[in-house]
Amino acid sequence: MAELVQHIINGVAAGTIYALVALGYTMVYGVLKLINFAHGDVMMVGCYAGYASAHTMGREHSTSFLGVTVVFLVAMGMCALIGFLVERFAYRPLREKPRLVALITAIGVSFAISYGFQLKLGVGALTILPGASPRAFPEVITPSDWLVVGDPSYPDIVLRNTQVISVLIAVALMAALQVLVFRSRFGVAMRAVSFDHRTSALMGIPVDRVIALTFMLGSALAAGAGILYAIKDTRIEPLMGTQVGLKAFVAAVIGGIGHVPGALVGALLLGLVEEFVVGYGSSTWRDAVAFGFLIVVLLFKPEGLFGRVTAEKV
Amino acid sequence: MAVATLVEGAVPVDLAMRPCYPRAMATVLGSRAPRDPLLDVKELHVSYGAIIALRGVSLSVGKGEVVALIGANGAGKTSTLRAVSGMLKPTRGTITLDGGEVTGLKANQLVPRGMAHAPEGRGIFLNLSVAENLDLGAYLRRDKPEIERDREQCFTLFPILKERYQQRAGTLSGGEQQMLAISRALMSRPRLLLLDEPSLGLAPQVIERIFSILREINAKGVSILLVEQNAHLALGMCHYAYVLETGELVMEGGGKELLKSPEIRKAYLGE
Repeated sequence: MAELVQHIINGVAAGTIYALVALGYTMVYGVLKLINFAHGDVMMVGCYAGYASAHTMGREHSTSFLGVTVVFLVAMGMCALIGFLVERFAYRPLREKPRLVALITAIGVSFAISYGFQLKLGVGALTILPGASPRAFPEVITPSDWLVVGDPSYPDIVLRNTQVISVLIAVALMAALQVLVFRSRFGVAMRAVSFDHRTSALMGIPVDRVIALTFMLGSALAAGAGILYAIKDTRIEPLMGTQVGLKAFVAAVIGGIGHVPGALVGALLLGLVEEFVVGYGSSTWRDAVAFGFLIVVLLFKPEGLFGRVTAEKV
Repeated sequence: MAVATLVEGAVPVDLAMRPCYPRAMATVLGSRAPRDPLLDVKELHVSYGAIIALRGVSLSVGKGEVVALIGANGAGKTSTLRAVSGMLKPTRGTITLDGGEVTGLKANQLVPRGMAHAPEGRGIFLNLSVAENLDLGAYLRRDKPEIERDREQCFTLFPILKERYQQRAGTLSGGEQQMLAISRALMSRPRLLLLDEPSLGLAPQVIERIFSILREINAKGVSILLVEQNAHLALGMCHYAYVLETGELVMEGGGKELLKSPEIRKAYLGE
């Protein structure tokens, strides 16, 4: 029983991080009907931006509220900028082209970022790109156990502060997104654009700007997720984005791509499934089961758990 | 005009194969009262890739006028509206709105200049509520009390929308969606309203109701450019009308004059 509770704690903590990344996929898919395969790599850049800002502040091993906030804001700002650039220069010129063209471009952008980041680049003492080798992410939040149930040397259940903080931050970001999408003028515009670009323009909505902002928003959420992931995993490297990104994409598809609460549920399910596989089976099987789960969901519900079947108009 | 185009050497490929070349001027029936043009379109050309949709369409809408654009399927009526409202970029020609040239501006730049377009197929956001659809019509406006008043105005015109206010627009019937499309267009307080087939797929009583409301809207000073396949309806309510055939104007004149014209009666009124 205690073991089960422990796995649920770990699964939920991992799932909320996936959820933040999955939201970016789902939002971009909503407005552009494009799977932005570079999304995970944007997240990776966010991790490095957080890494750089923590080092610059000299806060590798100290927790301060201000320090953590700065790390998050720098990473989110950096990713918003990259999301903007990717949309403006890679996807916007292809807006009227067949969707496959944009999809292949997305894969290209993903490779360009993840492999480009393996270069070592610096000017004098200033490092711009740190190179391919993995880095230890600074302990911006000093880990500690908040709740220990059972014998302290062989505890039954451990609740770590990073898990709680991670879930709280993720939930706060998602709540903010929900309010933005469903309660604000921009949110209505975004949902209108996701339904029909041309009619949206007839309403006076600046469609290009709405799409750009959606990319920036999704990328900023990915940056938040990236920092949380890096705090949990403590290791960052240029190829991490592909792996986390792919998992989050799976979560978004399981929930029903384009559906915001669906992404959350899909991500939590995926986090729990992975955790159970690792806990009760073998970690070797983790990824296989995660993708197998995707196949099973798609076999029985191709539109995802919450997706609506839309009849194609001819 | 057409001859001049030929001499200058700019011969559009498709015209070379057309039997009636050089292009004839459109027949003009009756005379038109002198007017202050709100919309002036000159020599508009539109193409979709290699397919030419409009070949030099010129028309104008006076302030306070209802102008109809009639013609068969594929004549270029919808393309004309789309080019005017900025959904399509014309390949040639100029569009002037209230004295200022607006050729090549995008749709969202034309809304603040007083243009509203209820597009073909109604263009309702089926994923949003009726309330949100109406709010989007007023997207660029900031005058909340006035928006509120205009919304009430729409409810007076179409009381059903008030009943359905919180419903998802996808649950509305075709007629209700058309009412919503017209109301939403009015929410931007347009000076020029472009309507694409407001009668399409609706029951006769609903059509009658919508057209009587369009007259009311026009009486309040909103100019209307109306595209209609139902020529009888359109000619019956407009001040002036243009007849399009394969991307060209073939006839224009007052609505009543066109209704009496034997050619029109034969081609468009089924006689």
